[in-house]
Amino acid sequence: MARAVTSSVKITNTIIAGLFGSLLFFPILWILILSFKTEEDAIRAPLEILFSSGWTLESFSTVQARSDYLKHFSNSVIISLGSTFLGLLVAVPAAWSMAFVPAKRTKNVLMWMLSTKMLPPVGVLVPIYLIFRDLGLLDSRLGLTVVLMLINLPIIIWMLYTYFREIPNEILEAARMDGASLRSEVLYVLTPMAVPGMASTVLLNIILAWNEAFWTLNLTAAQAAPLTAFIASYSSPEGLFYAKLSAASVMAIAPILIMGWFSQKQLVRGLTFGAVK
Amino acid sequence: MGQITLKQVSKNFDELTVIPPLNLQIEDGEFVVFVGPSGCGKSTLLRLIAGLEDVTEGAIFIDGQDATTLPPAKRGLAMVFQSYALYPHMTVRKNIAFPLRMAGLEKAEQDKRIESAAKALNLTDYLDRKPSQLSGGQRQRVAIGRAIVREPKAFLFDEPLSNLDAALRVGMRLEISELHKRLATTMIYVTHDQVEAMTMADKIVVINAGVIEQVGSPLELYRAPKNLFVAGFIGSPKMNFIEGERASEHGAHTIGIRPEHIDVSENEGRWKGTVGLSEHLGSDTFFHIQDSSLQRQVTVRVSGEVGFAQGDTIYMTPRPNMIHKFDSKGDRIQ
Repeated sequence: MARAVTSSVKITNTIIAGLFGSLLFFPILWILILSFKTEEDAIRAPLEILFSSGWTLESFSTVQARSDYLKHFSNSVIISLGSTFLGLLVAVPAAWSMAFVPAKRTKNVLMWMLSTKMLPPVGVLVPIYLIFRDLGLLDSRLGLTVVLMLINLPIIIWMLYTYFREIPNEILEAARMDGASLRSEVLYVLTPMAVPGMASTVLLNIILAWNEAFWTLNLTAAQAAPLTAFIASYSSPEGLFYAKLSAASVMAIAPILIMGWFSQKQLVRGLTFGAVK
Repeated sequence: MGQITLKQVSKNFDELTVIPPLNLQIEDGEFVVFVGPSGCGKSTLLRLIAGLEDVTEGAIFIDGQDATTLPPAKRGLAMVFQSYALYPHMTVRKNIAFPLRMAGLEKAEQDKRIESAAKALNLTDYLDRKPSQLSGGQRQRVAIGRAIVREPKAFLFDEPLSNLDAALRVGMRLEISELHKRLATTMIYVTHDQVEAMTMADKIVVINAGVIEQVGSPLELYRAPKNLFVAGFIGSPKMNFIEGERASEHGAHTIGIRPEHIDVSENEGRWKGTVGLSEHLGSDTFFHIQDSSLQRQVTVRVSGEVGFAQGDTIYMTPRPNMIHKFDSKGDRIQ
């Protein structure tokens, strides 16, 4: 039975939700505004910033001139796509076998994988740093790709596992009865049915890898630094350059924000982890 | 050809024995129904024949060849599932074509077979739709279409009508029976519905707790059930079982009498009772009768409408040649 809601309750709820939403969106909006200001205007009082200062693209051009945006951008693209692709190579077979031919301890393995996400990353920073130093992987895109792949692997496997589990076993059995080999079964039946789930897994992992800051800051310097490290370079010992920092942030988050906007539907499904069918 | 032989086939899931060793012979062209209560192992038995489960011990022969370790794809059998198990991302045409594609048939031959199957199953207008755009009955017909285009050695049906409503079920039951007449291919059909079993089967296999209780034609099972379980499972309403003194009179531990084999009267008969609840079906009336000396309720089936009301005294007389006798172990006394 639908619950009766009076219009005054509806209006109050809408206002509360609207306020909360604006609160969440405010920092992004403020960064966007500051990025179009000069450095002097950016440190004035908020109302002055809004109403009595001009708009300029100066910060963007300074940022582009001072550091190579395109290089960081391509690093971000390579690292996030690369780690997602590598992750899928490992996660698809892993999730497939756990979903369709589970063993006695499959549940334990899944829990154990998830538990690694509960470990604070800083706890393993020193060993990983030393390993990377000895292998010559510091400040390399390959090294960063591998680390991000490993970090997000539990999430990829869990998501794919959940999606695969949603596929009724009878349909796969029907394919077997219809004469499909394992290869045909995976290629013509399982994969097409799992495409929506795989798409949202890929999207979420690109976003997670794109936004990863802890490892990128600690393991890169100049060569392999992606956009997160690029933003951080604008908070320097000489002081904070608000306008430039904002311009850099806008440039860093714009690509992922646009991608996220166009793939909202897939993402929401991905984030609910198959809870909503 | 489609002759299937099970030799000492058994199935364990870990420690649990689902099917103790059993033997079964299914002849080419037979319509065999596995019937039994939920969880009796009838679906497991079908899946063993299909190859979807591995047998723990024993051997399965299809047309005389050992198929025990063959994968399902190599057994030449087709299966129709309870949930239809259609490929949701493919159109009806592609669903039906899938087994042909897997077999590597030429496109022209594929189309020919699809057209003829679609025609036979009234699916011609729906070939370009996705399964989600079809009703339950249509989906089940697609599943059957997917099975028949392969021209398999035998069809396996796993409770195919359970998801359909009552009216559709009766219609599909007839369609499957007609299909069997037309194709004359072996069919193995699993159901818990004894009406389906009685109306469709050449041969019924009654299964209880993984054990085959009896194999026989529907009327054999009705007329001469081998034990109490079969006697109680086949027939609706259920056979009445009477123990004690009244059974001893017939030299049995338990006697069974079907509700339709008891004559009733207002003033004379062998057993006296009081009318309890009655169910009026129009064509028949079922009376549930309390009989203090029998210690249990007896069901009587009377043709048409008969004027007994709740609380009335009623006399019942079982037809002597219709009384089934069972010993203390529950086996039939010949």
